[in-house]
Amino acid sequence: MAHAAEAHAAEAHAHAAPTAFIWRYVFSKDHKVIAVQYYVTAMIMALVAGILAMLIRIQIAWPEKDFGWLGAIFPMGYSGGVMNPEFYAMLFTMHGTIMVFFVMSTAPVSGFGNLLIPLQVGARDMAFPMLNGLSYWTFLPACVVIMASFFVGAGAAAGGWTSYPPLSALKGAIPGSDMGQTLWIVGMVLFIASFTMGGLNFVTTIVNMRAPGLSMMRLPLTMWAMLLVAILGLLAFPALTAACLMLVFDREFGTSFFLPTGIVLNNTPLLRPDGTFVHQGGSPLLWQHLFWFLGHPEVYILMLPALGITSDIIATFCRKALFGYKAMVGAMLAISGLSFVVWGHHMFVSGMSPYLGMAFAIGTILIAVPSGVKVFNWLATLWQSRIIYTTPMLWAMGVVSLFISGGLSGVWLGQSAVDIQLHDTFFVVAHFHLIMAGAALFGVFGGTAYWFPKMFGRLMNEPLGKLHFWLTFFTYYGTFFPMHYVGITGQMRRLYDPYQYDWLKPLQGINEFITVSAIILGAAQLLFFVNFFWSAFAGKRATENPWNSNGLEWTTPSAPPHGNWPGEIPTVYRWPYEYGTPNAPKDHVMQHEPPLPGEHRD
Amino acid sequence: MAMTPTEILERRDPIAGPGGPLGPRDGHQDGDGGDRPERSPREIARFGVWLMLGTMSMMFIGFTSSYIVRRAAGDWRPLPLPSMLWVNTLALLASSVVLELSRRALKAWDLPGAQRWLGMTGILGLMFAAGQFIAWRQLAALGVFLSSHPHSSFFYMLTGVHLVHLAGGLAWFAASYAKLRRMAYAPGEDGLGLFAIYWHFLGALWAYLLLLLYVL
Repeated sequence: MAHAAEAHAAEAHAHAAPTAFIWRYVFSKDHKVIAVQYYVTAMIMALVAGILAMLIRIQIAWPEKDFGWLGAIFPMGYSGGVMNPEFYAMLFTMHGTIMVFFVMSTAPVSGFGNLLIPLQVGARDMAFPMLNGLSYWTFLPACVVIMASFFVGAGAAAGGWTSYPPLSALKGAIPGSDMGQTLWIVGMVLFIASFTMGGLNFVTTIVNMRAPGLSMMRLPLTMWAMLLVAILGLLAFPALTAACLMLVFDREFGTSFFLPTGIVLNNTPLLRPDGTFVHQGGSPLLWQHLFWFLGHPEVYILMLPALGITSDIIATFCRKALFGYKAMVGAMLAISGLSFVVWGHHMFVSGMSPYLGMAFAIGTILIAVPSGVKVFNWLATLWQSRIIYTTPMLWAMGVVSLFISGGLSGVWLGQSAVDIQLHDTFFVVAHFHLIMAGAALFGVFGGTAYWFPKMFGRLMNEPLGKLHFWLTFFTYYGTFFPMHYVGITGQMRRLYDPYQYDWLKPLQGINEFITVSAIILGAAQLLFFVNFFWSAFAGKRATENPWNSNGLEWTTPSAPPHGNWPGEIPTVYRWPYEYGTPNAPKDHVMQHEPPLPGEHRD
Repeated sequence: MAMTPTEILERRDPIAGPGGPLGPRDGHQDGDGGDRPERSPREIARFGVWLMLGTMSMMFIGFTSSYIVRRAAGDWRPLPLPSMLWVNTLALLASSVVLELSRRALKAWDLPGAQRWLGMTGILGLMFAAGQFIAWRQLAALGVFLSSHPHSSFFYMLTGVHLVHLAGGLAWFAASYAKLRRMAYAPGEDGLGLFAIYWHFLGALWAYLLLLLYVL
């Protein structure tokens, strides 16, 4: 069934495969190349942000110890072997910013989204390949700008990854508020522009360019996740763009969107020549509302791809149909919808009306329902199956584990009464590292091992992958589980030296334990980098369908050629989870296989 | 027959995946079964343009809620309306009208007509942009600047952001005009359709901003 768009695309691709290195691998418009570019860039950013995390942990465990060798490596951050408080603030600010936006919004979404969307929906490429290439080449400058902020003026932004005014709005507030904050804003706006270009492509491609027979309810759950993530990004990020613009005006042109009357900076009131205050009547809380209107959907932008990837991997390695497909889709829709009406739970301590707080609390706790549906369906899929413990499967089960551990503390924190007590303590840090950071990260690792053949035509090394998993799994819990206790005991996040307070002194031992665990966790990631680059060039060659999976991406060679299918695009006859169907003649039936003899459905 | 717990969790129906009956349908049935949508590249691009307008609208919704919140503070003073804005508004609305005329002329394969009307769209767009600068100067002459008070801050910022989007529209206009002069459109093709969506959006957005800044 020749189709105009498809014929057009096929024709375009037939003579569009560029041969020059620069057009093929650098300024490429091929979604697979762009995916790898995004993925590798994000992983390099992860390496940087991970090193920042190690420095933070070392400081929390041994704040007064002399680390002369660290001072030699980071001369701008240490004086006499001891870390400067300003540098510490830059570390946690940039760790959060880079990890949330430049790593965990990029590797799962822009990386796997670009790799998988055309392959899983059966398209030759994304809807707008030029825009896709432009998206990456907007992202890369964003990374450069963000990284450059460490090396200019008084250093990087240091007002927290949330960049609350007035710290972020007054250039003279702290050293990081000057050039560092400016570069933070520029980097974020570039990032949002790139994410928007990607999001337009994601939604357009999934909605409009599916293979014949591929209805929405036959999409792999990863595709549903990517669709929802893109919609969330398109609807939520503009609020931060607007906020960033107002912040620029407050910083540069003396407006008062976020700055209240009566600001005194370093004991000097900020006055106009006529004696009135420069800034008048602005609302710092306005920034918080705008930021968290993005910020909460943003955590689902991080999470949803991991949830989709996990579903695909679990069904494959249980050799069982995914339990409750429609409920899974419904759960993701519900989570995405609710994410837009719960941002206030980040602001329970801002003095909001208790009735409003109650509404936000109820909305937040409601998210436990679709989340519970997802966990139940994963467990029901695992139930009495013969699990094949490959590396991707281990990561997927890790996601389920972290999703439960982190989700339970989320229900806790969702209640305003509890949250007001625990706000800004390490309990919150522990919670979001388990669920948002950890589950998303494990999803990325699982997806990498699973779809590596479609990236490089090779398989990753299994023993090395398993060693990486087990080390990461235990040290991840070793790092973030004790943090709950530290938080309940009262240690605040972002404290330069917790032991200035007598009641926190007994926590030094447990903080040292966390730090040692975190350093092993960080070191274990080197195994991944070794495995990734070694396997990309010298791993075992992968067949077309090494895991015996069902999706369309497994019907084309590993790695897929330009245009994705050498011949015609396959026609889809069924959903992607036809594993171990009772009475079926084979173990798994792929999406493009026509009805088997004797197979029928009413 | 009694079911064991395992059987309850397993699907009894041998082939019961979601997504409708096995096999591709003819492509005319909606719902969760059946075929993929049949969309031409132009329809796909149109979808993308609407999506882009959606995300742009969200940014202005963000500005709107900030405006409403900020207006509730005690220091709000209403802003005088520069008279130039009326001229600008008329120019932008007129530009949308002549763009539609150009589109119709192109559909009717009246190429000189299409070119003439499209050129007028661009000129009116440029007039609007120039007029916005004049309006800014009018306000400045009254001593109202960007940081004078919150209403003026919003006025300068929102008109500025709108102008940036209009600059994008003018770039699109230039590309369409060049394409029209090259006669690169096929007969019967709605070549200006996508540009028209964006341009009309700019007009509607301007009307909304005027309403927000002076009426609401």
